[in-house]
Amino acid sequence: MSGNIELLDRTLAAAKAEGRSALIAYLPAGFPTVDGGIEAIKAAFDGGADVVEVGLPHSDPVLDGPVIQTADDIALRGGVKIADVMRTVRAAHEATGKPVLVMTYWNPIDRYGVERFTAELAEAGGAGCILPDLPVQESARWREHAAKHDLATVFVVAPSSKDERLATITAAGSGFVYAASLMGVTGTRASVGAQAQNLVERTRATTDLPVCVGLGVSDARQAAEVAGFADGVIVGSAFVQRMLDAADEAAGVAAVRALASELAEGVRGHA
Amino acid sequence: MPSEYFIPDPEGRTPSAEGYFGAFGGKFIPEALVAAVDEVAVEFDKAKSDPEFARELDDLLVNYTGRPSALTEVPRFAEHAGGARVFLKREDLNHTGSHKINNVLGQALLTKRMGKTRVIAETGAGQHGVATATACALFGLDCTIYMGEIDTERQALNVARMRMLGAEVIAVKSGSRTLKDAINEAFRDWVANVDRTHYLFGTVAGPHPFPAMVRDFHRVIGVEARRQILERAGRLPDAAVACVGGGSNAIGLFHAFIPDTGVRLIGCEPAGHGIETGEHAATLTAGEPGILHGSRSYVLQDEEGQITEPYSISAGLDYPGIGPEHAFLKDSGRGEYRAVTDDAAMRALRLLSRTEGIIPAIESAHALAGALEIGRELGKDGLLVVNLSGRGDKDMDTAARYFNLYDTDATVAADAAGESAEIEGDAK
Repeated sequence: MSGNIELLDRTLAAAKAEGRSALIAYLPAGFPTVDGGIEAIKAAFDGGADVVEVGLPHSDPVLDGPVIQTADDIALRGGVKIADVMRTVRAAHEATGKPVLVMTYWNPIDRYGVERFTAELAEAGGAGCILPDLPVQESARWREHAAKHDLATVFVVAPSSKDERLATITAAGSGFVYAASLMGVTGTRASVGAQAQNLVERTRATTDLPVCVGLGVSDARQAAEVAGFADGVIVGSAFVQRMLDAADEAAGVAAVRALASELAEGVRGHA
Repeated sequence: MPSEYFIPDPEGRTPSAEGYFGAFGGKFIPEALVAAVDEVAVEFDKAKSDPEFARELDDLLVNYTGRPSALTEVPRFAEHAGGARVFLKREDLNHTGSHKINNVLGQALLTKRMGKTRVIAETGAGQHGVATATACALFGLDCTIYMGEIDTERQALNVARMRMLGAEVIAVKSGSRTLKDAINEAFRDWVANVDRTHYLFGTVAGPHPFPAMVRDFHRVIGVEARRQILERAGRLPDAAVACVGGGSNAIGLFHAFIPDTGVRLIGCEPAGHGIETGEHAATLTAGEPGILHGSRSYVLQDEEGQITEPYSISAGLDYPGIGPEHAFLKDSGRGEYRAVTDDAAMRALRLLSRTEGIIPAIESAHALAGALEIGRELGKDGLLVVNLSGRGDKDMDTAARYFNLYDTDATVAADAAGESAEIEGDAK
């Protein structure tokens, strides 16, 4: 069984052909429950997300701000396992036919086994992985197995990345490049700085891969702004915050759908 | 003139250019930190070959820290260690009360060389935090210390010391609210403020170059101890013994003895309530290889790579990871690691206090408890050097509760029972 990197490539190309940015939503698996998380992801697609990243909750989410830390805590206290992450990927992909990635810290994959993880993710219909704390120089083994299973390897680049390093990273990556809009952890911000646009330009100079921008984007206005210069807009904490604020799971799912609809307008330039 | 107290590994044996000690180490960091971590590596390499850096650091280590630290023989304590000769390397006598100042002064000088104006650090027992706050006061740097909320309670005295020195202390309320979580929060701060901020990491873990750099700043401990024991005992010790949390004081003592294959290098890990209870922080005894805080080493984790919550009565050892060079020493067989329970450490703390008039930190008491065992194994011809990494003032509240010292009536009874138990134990 092979993974869905090709579906991911095609989806991002289709958005580009429509003259717009893609909307990429992030939601953790098992939050607030495994089934509730699946419903939330389906709602994000339903509202207009083109791609979803399923977070693999971690005990030590060093790159996440308080919102996603809270969601991870809830998921882990609920007993979420890697099998539940795979089930979430499968359910979300089968229900929608859309590309679903996993975003995870490296240690869970390292411990679970790269071979086993990539095989199971491909089998579940996954399109690839975003690995924010696996630097490119430590990634050879992962990339070998990901390629074997037709899974994308999405690397993160940052405003502090030097041009030479950007070239090394983008040469090793596939699917798209995740450009961190700012120096910091996940979470919503009042504004997404000019350094995001500069980073996208510097990254584009090294690759033909789509360059998608994440960190800090929370509403349609910001999505429209980022869509003006990036191939995709990634939104995570704002979705999780809607779920946390909701009175119950159903209200949370509805709020995710509503936010996805607003953001889908944003990436089409309507703020 | 070569430096006397800043003595980086002269042979450059380890790590590799990529930061590996055998299978352990490396640099597992987010892209946002790559440039900053590389800058630290470049600056440290430059500093190592710059006589001016060595001169400045030497001056501080002698005239501010008070190096060299004494090597004290403890014969009354050693009577309980099978009659072996026991010498303590007195890092507790350094300014600020522990070995931590060796590394902090080195990295603080690097901070200035990099043109950064703000320092952040994690702390468990508070000793690294106090040393960092001290150096920041000395050099006029802004200072923020992250400390797990549980540790701010059990090491309240050190929180007050840091604040007195002008540092901002942030109590971390996430996860197990101990050292691991303080490091997580410090990394989050660093990612966001890396332009003007140096993360003054306190142990021999973390991404390359920290394990090698922090080791090199602490190598002076073993270099001095080796020279001192040759002068005093006329031979090398049978074993060098140290407590191990992240492993900085242990690697500092061990490193100069690595080529001396007759010297056993023995690290004492915190067994907490006992390995079998699951409430411990004995990473090398009970952990598995994994990645935590930027490097591959042994880690306390479950089958899916989630880090498990450690426990130790000692805030400074209450950590689910360990420096990669210790993982390498363990796997290569050059290092030996054994686990010491809370109770054994606390008994050793009291024993050293009562036999020698030295109150050790609870961290260091783990090494002392290990030394009592090792001494009994070696017998009266044995010769040990034990790193007394810190003093116990900060632990008086924990110790007073443990030994019931606050209740004047109960003290006498607890006291008498404790003494006789110790003497009985010794007679076996």
